[in-house]
Amino acid sequence: MKGTKMLLGCALLAASLGMSHAQAQTTLRMTWYSDGNEGEVMSDLLRRFEEQNKGIKVVLDQVPFKAINENLPVQLAAGQGPDLARVADLGGVARYMLDLRPHLKDPAYFETNFGPFLEWMRVPGDTSSIPGFMTQLTLTGPFVNKTLFEQAKVPMPGPKATWEEWAKAAKDVAAKVQAPFPIAIDRSGHRFFSLAITQGAKVFNDKGEPAVIDEGFKKGAQLVFDWHKNGVMSKELWGSVAGTAYRGANDEFKNAQVVMYESGSWQIGQFDKTIGDAFDWVAVPTPCGPANCSGMPGGAALVAIKTTQHPQEVARLVEFLASEPIAAEFYERSLFVPGHLGIAKKGLEYKSATPQGKAALKVFNEGVAQLSPVATKLQGYVHNRVIFNAVISRLGQAIAGESSLDEAYQRIESDVQQQIAERTRK
Amino acid sequence: MTLTSKTSPATSPAPAASLAPSRGANPVLKLVTRILDWPMAGLQRLIGERRMPYVFLLPNLVFFGLFVFVPIAINFVYSVTGGPALFPSERPYVGADQYSYLFDCGSYVDPNTCREDHFWRGVYNTLFFSFFQVVAMVGLSLLTAVVLNMKIRGRGFFRAVYFFPVLLSPVVVALIWKWILQRDGLLNAAIMGLGGERTLFLTEPGWAMFWAIFVSVWAHMGFYTLILLAGLQAIPSDIYEAAEMDATPRWRVFWRLTLPLLWPNLIVVIVLSLIRAVQTFDEVFVLTGGGPGTSTLMVVQYIYETAFSNQVQNFGLAAAASVVLGIVLFALTLAQLAFTQRKSS
Repeated sequence: MKGTKMLLGCALLAASLGMSHAQAQTTLRMTWYSDGNEGEVMSDLLRRFEEQNKGIKVVLDQVPFKAINENLPVQLAAGQGPDLARVADLGGVARYMLDLRPHLKDPAYFETNFGPFLEWMRVPGDTSSIPGFMTQLTLTGPFVNKTLFEQAKVPMPGPKATWEEWAKAAKDVAAKVQAPFPIAIDRSGHRFFSLAITQGAKVFNDKGEPAVIDEGFKKGAQLVFDWHKNGVMSKELWGSVAGTAYRGANDEFKNAQVVMYESGSWQIGQFDKTIGDAFDWVAVPTPCGPANCSGMPGGAALVAIKTTQHPQEVARLVEFLASEPIAAEFYERSLFVPGHLGIAKKGLEYKSATPQGKAALKVFNEGVAQLSPVATKLQGYVHNRVIFNAVISRLGQAIAGESSLDEAYQRIESDVQQQIAERTRK
Repeated sequence: MTLTSKTSPATSPAPAASLAPSRGANPVLKLVTRILDWPMAGLQRLIGERRMPYVFLLPNLVFFGLFVFVPIAINFVYSVTGGPALFPSERPYVGADQYSYLFDCGSYVDPNTCREDHFWRGVYNTLFFSFFQVVAMVGLSLLTAVVLNMKIRGRGFFRAVYFFPVLLSPVVVALIWKWILQRDGLLNAAIMGLGGERTLFLTEPGWAMFWAIFVSVWAHMGFYTLILLAGLQAIPSDIYEAAEMDATPRWRVFWRLTLPLLWPNLIVVIVLSLIRAVQTFDEVFVLTGGGPGTSTLMVVQYIYETAFSNQVQNFGLAAAASVVLGIVLFALTLAQLAFTQRKSS
């Protein structure tokens, strides 16, 4: 009898151990890229989530940004994707995202706090799905090496200065201090359009279809083209590579070789950490054009992937990370412009930032209010990458001297038409 | 295991074909061959001796088919389909649309008149690169092999030095040269140290192509030098002794004796370097990114970017361009076979 009881006890213990083991079996894979320290911050937050949710383990796969843009879409198309991923081409991968509404405890919270950005994650025709939340809202804008201005004794243009005024000032500074890059603009569609939209580019016609080449666009393209001719910009970014390859000038800016660097808010974290007190740098509002002083919005979102086997657990994780205190901590420690309207309204202190970093974040946070509707619409357009690609590639060729601007305009139009047709072919 | 013929002993290659282990062979080997002997003998009786070679070729053929022929077939399927879907079964059939788009040109000699001008720029850049790279590669490899075949001091050291770059990964080679050639690189530092002006070697089209060819030759020359050196060492020395006795001038010895006797090796070097040049991707991609503009964009880079790197992935068009490139490479391989066979006959 005693032996039977012992056996029964052992069996119960084994069964309970087995059950707890089965509970701990749910493993979620999250594919993640980092611009700065956000990977470390996310690891911390996930550890906290796992402590609160003993049955869920989250594996954070950190990959380069290039892998998010090039490898992840192929993985998703093959049905081999992770459970969640941090993505930047929201429209491009929208068709692989899972609508979490049926699994969320409070979908209204997401609508209220991420509403306008959720539209960027939806396929055309979808007006209600909630696939995830914004891990950061980005805004393009310039960083200026203030020390170089001081050394050159050239006054820095004011907050409403035009692109032309900045170009003249940056060129003067570069000439006096022998800096090789008066202005550097990332070789990216986003960055180009932040300039073109200030010049009046509309991007879409009245029917909402892409009509990329207009007078505003041409003014922007002409500026960039002329700056390469008269030495305001070096060919090392836009003219140096073929096709749609991205080129940034982070390293050149950190090495004090760039007077004014048009990039975006995601650079603040790394500039704050790596430049230190080597020189004074500031973020300034987007220079103005005849139309407005708007930057280009963008950002990255953490989204659930359709092929996940654990939608409930994914929803728990997304709810945890998107909750106000956790999201606020994430944005604050990563030095990001919040993609959560409630947090943006209350404002963040950014305790870990240096005074320079804090000042830069303030400039970008204020820039959100300056956004042009064209910029927001372009960011939300599902085929925006087609437009960006065509512009980078063809403008790059014109800058390298392979074609005229007029030829580039024709090519941009035909490329956009052909690629959208191919992308929508059924 | 013994492969014996059921036919007449005269036609049997018994001693040569016997796979039976010799008396002093490894006992494990003996065991394995004994185990395999009876099924193979049975199979041979079943299908006949003449078909046996195919049995031995089969494992390799299966792997080759699985990893070469099947992907070629899948690639062809992609080239006649369109749309963004990944799986061929989900892609709509578009016939020869992708090929028509690639070949839609006002004039094939002017890429600007082509709808897909990047493809044609890639084609012309690849032709230019291949011609000059192969000429430089063969010429310098030959020169180096001839010098390394002479009785010079430190010959072993120099042979190792010239071969060393072959051991490096093409990406590493390109990165090293990029650091040398960039704005603040070693070469510009040296030029400016000597009082010269800084040159942006990788953003001027002419310079970029020059360095792409130079780096490629530098990286692979050692391999071709080795082939030619082996050829030079195989030339009997008595021929040279006879020429020396006749007081034949050195250039004549080279032109009339060395070069003709080295010709089979030279053919191999020319064809191999040509095929490699047409396939060039990694070094040039890392070194110049295909720029400035599209001045060093090669066909393989075009295919890669069209399929994977553009964010707007166009698998069908990339597959069609791959088929075209495959046909060119097939033609080059046939040319190599024709040359080799002509030489043999």
